[in-house]
Amino acid sequence: MEHLLQVHPLIMSITVFVLAVLVGYYVVWSVTPALHTPLMSVTNAISSVIIVGALLAATPLEGGIGKVFGGIAVGLAAVNIFGGFTVTQRMLQMFKKKK
Amino acid sequence: MSANLAAILYLVAGVCFIMALRGLSSPKSARQGNLFGIAGMAVAVGTTLAQSSIEDYLWIAIGIVAGGLIGTTVALKIKMTAMPQLVAGFHSLVGLAAVLVAGATLHSPEVFGIVDETGIRLISRIEMSIGVVIGALTFTGSIIAFAKLQELMTGVPLVFKGQHLLNLGLLLGIIALAILFCFEQSPTLFWIMTGLALLFGVLLIMPIGGADMPVVISMLNSYSGWAAAGIGFTLENTVLIIVGALVGSSGAILSYIMCKAMNRSFISVIMGGFGATATTQSTGAKDKTAKAGSADDAAFIMSNAGSVIIVPGYGLAVAQAQHAVREMGDLLKKAGVTVRYAIHPVAGRMPGHMNVLLAEANVPYDEVFELDDINSDLPNTDVAFVIGANDVTNPLAKTDPSCPIAGMPILDVEKAKTVLFVKRSLAPGYAGIDNPVFYNPNTMMLFGDAKKMVEEIVKALQA
Repeated sequence: MEHLLQVHPLIMSITVFVLAVLVGYYVVWSVTPALHTPLMSVTNAISSVIIVGALLAATPLEGGIGKVFGGIAVGLAAVNIFGGFTVTQRMLQMFKKKK
Repeated sequence: MSANLAAILYLVAGVCFIMALRGLSSPKSARQGNLFGIAGMAVAVGTTLAQSSIEDYLWIAIGIVAGGLIGTTVALKIKMTAMPQLVAGFHSLVGLAAVLVAGATLHSPEVFGIVDETGIRLISRIEMSIGVVIGALTFTGSIIAFAKLQELMTGVPLVFKGQHLLNLGLLLGIIALAILFCFEQSPTLFWIMTGLALLFGVLLIMPIGGADMPVVISMLNSYSGWAAAGIGFTLENTVLIIVGALVGSSGAILSYIMCKAMNRSFISVIMGGFGATATTQSTGAKDKTAKAGSADDAAFIMSNAGSVIIVPGYGLAVAQAQHAVREMGDLLKKAGVTVRYAIHPVAGRMPGHMNVLLAEANVPYDEVFELDDINSDLPNTDVAFVIGANDVTNPLAKTDPSCPIAGMPILDVEKAKTVLFVKRSLAPGYAGIDNPVFYNPNTMMLFGDAKKMVEEIVKALQA
């Protein structure tokens, strides 16, 4: 049998992916329907973690067109991160209990 | 920073994001959840910036400051009624960012360490094709959804002959190009494929009508997640894969909930055309008469009731009557009436939209109930006060299998002792069908603009 270290990185990625889909499935079903709009805005914000790819592309000294793409993508993702978390916080502040 | 430490920190960020969603299980823990989300993002970005490959900080500094300013400003200024547009707009940005990052991996693969003796590794080629195609169709699809919601273009479904064939052809073309690209590694093929995917996104959302928008937004939410996951696979980045999977399944679940709330199949939503053929079949409405009442009558009935359930629909938000309704609710509560709100899942233009609109008007969230939780209470309720809603109260959904909303779960307002229905006229709703509740003997129609009517009721209650 092959040693576990020789497993292809793709298989490890698929493992993480499948487990995360399952976690997502159970966590999202437990979200109260009243908060489905904030759920959407916060998932929007966190999916902008795609910025990690953009950061890598935007930062080599000699990057060519890839660097341009990366720079723009950093800007777009930043709009989403700041916008998404801010608007989510704004909405959540409004949900108050009966006094 | 060592690769192992970075991987552990990415895992920490991933866990933070899971906690962020977990927090949303109750309004009490939700704000803390959002802070977890912010922390996760800070860890992910910080970890990336600490990589030794980062040489030039200028572009990212500009990008983050400019993007951050724009995002924060928009988020602080946006009206809550415009949330669906904002979210659609944000989805389009995620899609475009995914396309750009995939483009960057194509043109500078060495930065991402995805090169071997064949050029870009085959597996990476496959992964980046998936990422760029989903990203591209999320981008243009969301722009169309944004334009429809913002009313920059008609919300009427745009259907033409051969549309589904064209879409199928496009999809097959995209797949063929992706396979070719995986063999040839040609940037030209890559960008043609991306172009087709952009077009596909437009054609996919065009035929979907305004009433189906809650499904569309959820669906695009899901796609933006899968696009992020695709890029995560390309970069072998755990946090990106985790987030992509979370967001993808979140959007898919929301789409499912919205489809179920309208008793529509996901496929029929995608195929589009709902609302385009809405023939106004007034089923003998002429020989029936609806009883009309005044604001004073409504005030009298409600102040003498033991319990009132308010059923708001999107018309309430259009008329900006949320605050007036809350004021009315407060006055009734002072008079000793039990006031509750009943929310249909598709009461707004996106999942949970009506809850946010009521929360903004300072309606306490523990007075607001979902369809399943309150429907059984309607028969024991003195007054159902329907405002800005129509189709979601139409009992034909239960009795007439041929009507467009057949099988849709509805709020059984007609079972309440008295129904007060605020509406401009007896015109049918989105689905184009007459509502028999209007003509029931226990229904009193309050004709007029929602906001004006409620304000008059408030005045009458104060008198």
